[in-house]
Amino acid sequence: MAEKRPNARWFVIALPYLWLAVFFLLPFLIVFKISLSTPTLAQPPYVPSFNSLAEIWEKARQFTIDNYAFLASDSLYYSSYFSSLRIAAISTLLLLLIGYPFAYAMARAPRAIQPMLLMLVILPSWTSFLIRVYAWIGILKPEGLLSAFLIWLGVIDQPLRIMNTETAVFIGIVYAYLPFMVLPLYASLEKLDPTLLEAAADLGCPPWKAFWLITVPLSLPGIIAGSFLVFIPAVGEFVIPDLLGGSDTLMIGKTLWREFFGNRDWPVASAVAVVLLLLLVLPIVVYQHMQARQVEAAR
Amino acid sequence: MNRSFSAVNLIALTLGFAFLYIPILLVVIYSFNDSRLVTVWGGFSTKWYASLLGNRQLLDAAWVTVRIAFLSATIATVLGTLAAVALTRFRRFRGRTLFSGLAYAPLVMPEVIMGLSLLLLFVAIGLDRGFWTVTIAHITFTLCYVAVVVQSRLVTFDRSLEEAAMDLGCPPWKTFFVITLPIIAPAVIAGWMLAFTLSLDDLVIASFTTGPGATTLPMRIYSSVRLGVTPEINAVCTLLIGLVSIGVIIASLVQKRSIIERERAERLAAG
Repeated sequence: MAEKRPNARWFVIALPYLWLAVFFLLPFLIVFKISLSTPTLAQPPYVPSFNSLAEIWEKARQFTIDNYAFLASDSLYYSSYFSSLRIAAISTLLLLLIGYPFAYAMARAPRAIQPMLLMLVILPSWTSFLIRVYAWIGILKPEGLLSAFLIWLGVIDQPLRIMNTETAVFIGIVYAYLPFMVLPLYASLEKLDPTLLEAAADLGCPPWKAFWLITVPLSLPGIIAGSFLVFIPAVGEFVIPDLLGGSDTLMIGKTLWREFFGNRDWPVASAVAVVLLLLLVLPIVVYQHMQARQVEAAR
Repeated sequence: MNRSFSAVNLIALTLGFAFLYIPILLVVIYSFNDSRLVTVWGGFSTKWYASLLGNRQLLDAAWVTVRIAFLSATIATVLGTLAAVALTRFRRFRGRTLFSGLAYAPLVMPEVIMGLSLLLLFVAIGLDRGFWTVTIAHITFTLCYVAVVVQSRLVTFDRSLEEAAMDLGCPPWKTFFVITLPIIAPAVIAGWMLAFTLSLDDLVIASFTTGPGATTLPMRIYSSVRLGVTPEINAVCTLLIGLVSIGVIIASLVQKRSIIERERAERLAAG
């Protein structure tokens, strides 16, 4: 289109490129730099690393890996990382188990109502994330609606202890991320050619086997996309573990928040962020690669 | 497909939608509860809505949030649309790989990392934190959502229309505004709305990048939620849910109408 006009082309590329370079890429470099600096009690609470080019070498010698050594020495940090990865992995698995039948049923629904079903899945994610997490506090707390309902039914006689446990965090993540799992799954299941299943049935393949041998492999792109789409943000989740998980649930997003707002230790918070980013670099790159390939395929 | 829509599928759909909607419905219902206790139904009342009107702090926060969302969504839509055009139309330019990486990464980047890194940038360049820093932060993370939405429309776009216009001597910028933009307009509008609601909703990035005088509504809601569930918060949430639902319904009607119009135009062109 604008290929004939290098100026217009340059403008179209440069504007968003520059914005992302200044406000997305550069900040990461700064985080990395500050994670290597020494905390002080000043405002801002770190020693600025350099002001002029001449100072760089002088300052470079002041760089310290103390913050990273501190992360390695305190069990709070590595158990936070480990627990975040574990909670995100279990949640992703739960989301697959719940999202798959849901997406499958949507893809099998009459064609005419499918757009409406799709809209109904997306609609809750347009409403505030915070509100959707908040809604579960009223349901899960000991004097909340779920306990009241189950006691009224006679199923239990003691209020449930779900609030402020990991179970509550799982429920929150599954609830908030369900649309992000269902949509890619639906997109790949909806494309599935039903004649393949009919052919399998005609050849005497039982439905469960046809499902396992045909439907699941063909929906693999959706499974992978959905899993990455929920796993990566879930690892760094803050709101859900903070509001539903209580003090017992360790997650790195919460630890970083506390380090930053509570202890005001910016260098350590930066080091926490750098390590978290390193943990997520691989899944993010894989995810981006798939996303780019999908766009290429749609061309 | 109809044939295989079994009872199992119906149950899966019913349970799925019940799970998605019951928590939201409960918030709406209990916002009309006369009693302050969450589990006790004390009769229908709108008194919590009335008490909201007197809550100066909350109203101020709502106003700040809406202004930030409007401004950031508008700029993000311009930048995101440009990014989408660059990524779909220009197959080869220096740094394209980095560019597409930058354009997709914020979609999955944990919010705590984005918030922290932007704050450290603002401190490093000595920008006073407040309204504008939150706006810049929101432009940055919503831009990518706009780019993805617009890009998905651009890849399914019939380029022969653009080529025809340019063969007839229409300059590229004019082709973009006269041919391309009207066709991708529904996606651009959808992108703007997505950016607007994401900005309206954001707690984590705003908390990091804000300063005195720019407390947003999610930050106010968050600090009162930490103190417990109250009918006033239910009322605020209900209002927000109502606003967003109306917006989404209007958007889908607009989109539906534009599809019908396009089909009619195509029929006319074919006939």
